[in-house]
Amino acid sequence: MPGPVVILENVDMIFGEGASDQVHALKEIDLRIEQNEFISLIGPSGCGKSTLLRVVADLVQPTSGVAAINGKSARQARLDQDYGIVFQAATLYDWRTVARNVQLPLELMQFSRSEKESRTQAMLELVELTDFAGHYPWQLSGGMQQRVAIARALSFEPSILLMDEPFGALDEMTRERLNLELLNIWRKTDTTVLFVTHSITEAVFLSTRVIVMSARPGRITADIAIDLPQPRNAETRSNVRFFELETTVREALRVSEAGEEPERKPG
Amino acid sequence: MSDPRQRFWAPAVILIVLVVLWESLVTAFNIQQFLLPKPSAIAGNLVQVAALDASVSEEGEDISLENRFFTVLPADLSPEMQASLEEARWLAFNLGGRRFFVLRGSNLTPILAASWFTLKEALGGMAMGTVAGIAVAIAAARWTATREALLPFAIAANSMPIIAFAPIMNNWFGIDNPFSKMAIVTIMIFFPIMINTVRGLVSVDAQSLELMRSYAASDSEILVKLRIPNALPSLFSGLKVAGALAMIGAIVGEYFGGPRIALGVFITQEAALFRFASAWAAILVACLIGIGIYLVILLAEGLALPWHPTFRA
Ligand SMILES: Nc1ncnc2c1ncn2[C@@H]1O[C@H](COP(=O)(O)OP(=O)(O)OP(=O)(O)O)[C@@H](O)[C@H]1O
Ligand SMILES: [Mg+2]
Repeated sequence: MPGPVVILENVDMIFGEGASDQVHALKEIDLRIEQNEFISLIGPSGCGKSTLLRVVADLVQPTSGVAAINGKSARQARLDQDYGIVFQAATLYDWRTVARNVQLPLELMQFSRSEKESRTQAMLELVELTDFAGHYPWQLSGGMQQRVAIARALSFEPSILLMDEPFGALDEMTRERLNLELLNIWRKTDTTVLFVTHSITEAVFLSTRVIVMSARPGRITADIAIDLPQPRNAETRSNVRFFELETTVREALRVSEAGEEPERKPG
Repeated sequence: MSDPRQRFWAPAVILIVLVVLWESLVTAFNIQQFLLPKPSAIAGNLVQVAALDASVSEEGEDISLENRFFTVLPADLSPEMQASLEEARWLAFNLGGRRFFVLRGSNLTPILAASWFTLKEALGGMAMGTVAGIAVAIAAARWTATREALLPFAIAANSMPIIAFAPIMNNWFGIDNPFSKMAIVTIMIFFPIMINTVRGLVSVDAQSLELMRSYAASDSEILVKLRIPNALPSLFSGLKVAGALAMIGAIVGEYFGGPRIALGVFITQEAALFRFASAWAAILVACLIGIGIYLVILLAEGLALPWHPTFRA
């Protein structure tokens, strides 16, 4: 059996350490993510969720502690292109069409021409944007742009998908539809997902586990297993257990936001 | 104003009104032509129109068009005169019972030859200045230390009257050598191109850069796939500034001396000989060339940046 996909051990992140305006963003983070899990990170604004994601992505280096991805250093995992990342903003390149945006990682990873084209085609079908392959980003709605960003992150089949509030700016209807699409993709592939969100409902609906963080310095205050049956669908939302779990998460958030001394090792 | 025909007609009408006003005021106040020639006198250096009218009687042997824009000639011209008109014409047509000839103005050939000579200097300088500006910009964007050391000088240099160096360039490269004018244009163009390009290369959105890092892209991949495309819009604004400066640099450089076929030299000589209408005609052509350069850059921009907000039809 393969080891955990993500291991964070005693990770601390202090921005501008020593300066008068230093920010202690992450404190004593311990987290293990197994293959095929769908983990949501939830917590008050500014608590360090994005920072945690960026530590895993090796876009920032933690002040202390260890980040291991797929059994190697976070840096090596980045160089091996083990993960795909989706930011809160779609971050498409304005000068590339939809298809060429999806192809960007494939170009950089030297995929063959035919491979590039077939994968782009498949990804655009997956996010239902085949008809928009030749459009430029400004010709798309916010939701469509976000779907392009997801297609781009999936195009090279990374084993890990890091998503930072990818649907944060979208309306409820679009968000729910994209949630289902995302679950579909996750089921079809062997991907492990680390998903940041502000929405309790979204976290419970999507995840196998919800991690709750406290306000700064960000700590993990609760780790809640979501034991709803798979596959999740419209009926999941009317499951009694769904409401119970929502309440559990809300309660954990309330406790963490109230700034009470959190339990060290929850669960 | 979204209707393109309206966008064209409104300025066109204003232009016609201004020209008519200019013509009539100069006539009405009898302004000396060395102060301000009439638009028709300026145009007459480039194009002339002659009409044959039966109601005009012959004035004698010597029928001269001089540099007038519009001349009425008697219809019963000698066959040789008629033949020479037919031969010299660009265009001939009948309108309202008269025969009209459109002819090249007497100064059209020298002005066009001089313009072509000066345009080559401007374009040569523009090419060199653009290549140098982009190359230095890429180096400056690549090495932060270089950029921080260079940029203050570049910005200072950009606000200097570089044209003041024109006599020095004439001295260095030789007054009749077109390269002396290309050199001055090159230096004038270099700074706006370089500053604009650096700005575009450096002002890359932080998240776009993180995306590249997440793909483990190398610096040169980031340059080609992110920085350069990101810099194109500001490079084109630099080019538009450069296009205007190029003709200025070449012509003013020639004011300080140059071969007889240069436009700047032509203008100074005509002015020195009190042939102001012809000097004005040369200036008019220089302006038209400047507008032409701008339009070519605009066209290239549209082709290169189909994705840019400006072209969101
Ligand atoms: N590069 C940085 N330099 C300095 N401080 C930073 C940096 N990045 C984040 N921070 C600080 O770290 C803290 C955590 O930021 P982070 O973006 O991780 O929060 P978040 O939980 O994602 O918030 P939100 O839910 O609002 O997106 C914030 O106080 C922020 O100001
Ligand atoms: Mg965030």
